[in-house]
Amino acid sequence: MFEKFLSFVNTLGRFVIGFFRASGDLILFTAQILLYVFKAPFYINETIRMSIEIGFYSLPVVALTTIFSGMVIAIQTYEAVSKFSAEGAVSMVVLVAVTRELAPVMAALMVAGRIGAAMAAEIGTMRVTEQIDALSTLRTNPVQYLIVPRVVAGTLMMPLLVLIGDAIGVCGGYLVGVTKMDFNATTYLINTWNTLKAMDIVSGMTKAAVFGFIITVLGCYHGFKSQGGAQGVGQATTNAVVSSSILILIFNYLLTELFFKM
Amino acid sequence: MKEKKVRISLSHVAKAFGKKQVLKDVSLDVHEGESVVIIGGSGTGKSVTLKCLLGLITPDRGSISMTTDNIGMLFQGAALFDSLSVWENVSFVMLQKKHADRDAAKKLAIQKLAQVGLPAEVADAYPADLSGGMKKRVGLARAIATNPEIIFFDEPTTGLDPIMSDVINDLIVDCVKKLGATALTITHDMNSARKIADRIAMLYNGEIIWVGTVAELDKTTNPYVRQFVAGSAKGPIKMEVKAE
Ligand SMILES: Nc1ncnc2c1ncn2[C@@H]1O[C@H](COP(=O)(O)OP(=O)(O)OP(=O)(O)O)[C@@H](O)[C@H]1O
Ligand SMILES: [Mg+2]
Repeated sequence: MFEKFLSFVNTLGRFVIGFFRASGDLILFTAQILLYVFKAPFYINETIRMSIEIGFYSLPVVALTTIFSGMVIAIQTYEAVSKFSAEGAVSMVVLVAVTRELAPVMAALMVAGRIGAAMAAEIGTMRVTEQIDALSTLRTNPVQYLIVPRVVAGTLMMPLLVLIGDAIGVCGGYLVGVTKMDFNATTYLINTWNTLKAMDIVSGMTKAAVFGFIITVLGCYHGFKSQGGAQGVGQATTNAVVSSSILILIFNYLLTELFFKM
Repeated sequence: MKEKKVRISLSHVAKAFGKKQVLKDVSLDVHEGESVVIIGGSGTGKSVTLKCLLGLITPDRGSISMTTDNIGMLFQGAALFDSLSVWENVSFVMLQKKHADRDAAKKLAIQKLAQVGLPAEVADAYPADLSGGMKKRVGLARAIATNPEIIFFDEPTTGLDPIMSDVINDLIVDCVKKLGATALTITHDMNSARKIADRIAMLYNGEIIWVGTVAELDKTTNPYVRQFVAGSAKGPIKMEVKAE
């Protein structure tokens, strides 16, 4: 019995130490990235290439997730409020829900799966095949060359993606409202316009920037620290997606409190 | 050789991975314009020694010094960048410069590829399309592309046919003799070692147990070296081959 308890304490202790060591490691890694963001040489071409990869090629998935989110919210709101006030409520709820929460969070989770995983796999492969070691023998700092462009591109592109997602999500609500609920198209648009607040858009885009940073930093971190061949790279990819998804949800809560607390 | 200055110096270097003590006490000096070859069994820590020199692995003890940071390195697995074409790999350093002249860089790459026996067509291929031996040679071309003062080769002839091996041996000798570079090479290939080495060092059990010239290699009475050179399974070096 006592032995079992000891072994439990042992496991727990190991887990706690492992957790703090990993967190410390991640914080140091992040600090290093932030330092190098402002230090020459700047790899502009790499940054542009990554921006296109993240910003442009993620558009389809983001469009798909936000349009369906907008449509679903429209239906749920319509069902929840009385028929007389539905027309105003649907447009307002769709706008607020999409811009404040759904577009940033859904887009971030999709990009985490797409970009975060790809980064972890690519950088992890470079690590286990010694390409990262090779970079430093070729007078190139791997953090500056590989990681900074990705993190900068992710942090700048996510807000733009979400801005587009906002528009598409609102369109989703509009489509459902006009075709299924027989709302007047012009009235719907006027209602949307009147309820539009800069704060909703700005807070959503700020969240998106934070999420973009989280996704790229964790994708690069897990790839950079991966070891043990193909299996290690697979593990890194999974860890990157899981950890960034969790952090996205946690930071979403924290940022929401920060922006909207009464 | 003695009067030349020391360019690479390892002294009492030790490194363990977990409980496994890979390097115990490695000391070795390489002088200017000299070509030193490290031989030793698989898994004795030859690649780890090079990585310590390159600063990619921090040793637990001991000190390391090099007189320049203008170095070239051929990795055991070539370590070519998958996302770049062959010529972009070879001219990597040149392309990172501001306002790099891509045409000139490509010309240089093709010239370096020719030196390692690769035709110009290979320049536009990607590493994934190459055979193992071709990758190795592209890695070599990349290592010598910047005319480094110190060059490290991790098994340059492994995976090459005998004729191509000899081309590479000549290339290494040229780098040292014509360009005045200092070279430290790891190899299992005793033919290659005899051809390129001014001195040979044998790593065994975490230490450099023997250093000498090629002539001394054939006369030595050191049983470990004799067994390794003869490639015999009988002798003091026991391979850990166990059937469970
Ligand atoms: N990063 C690492 N982490 C843990 N162990 C390592 C690491 N790098 C090397 N080792 C271990 O150190 C030992 C020596 O490895 P090294 O690659 O230097 O061998 P080697 O002498 O180059 O062999 P070979 O001739 O087969 O290339 C091996 O047992 C290897 O498992
Ligand atoms: Mg090796």
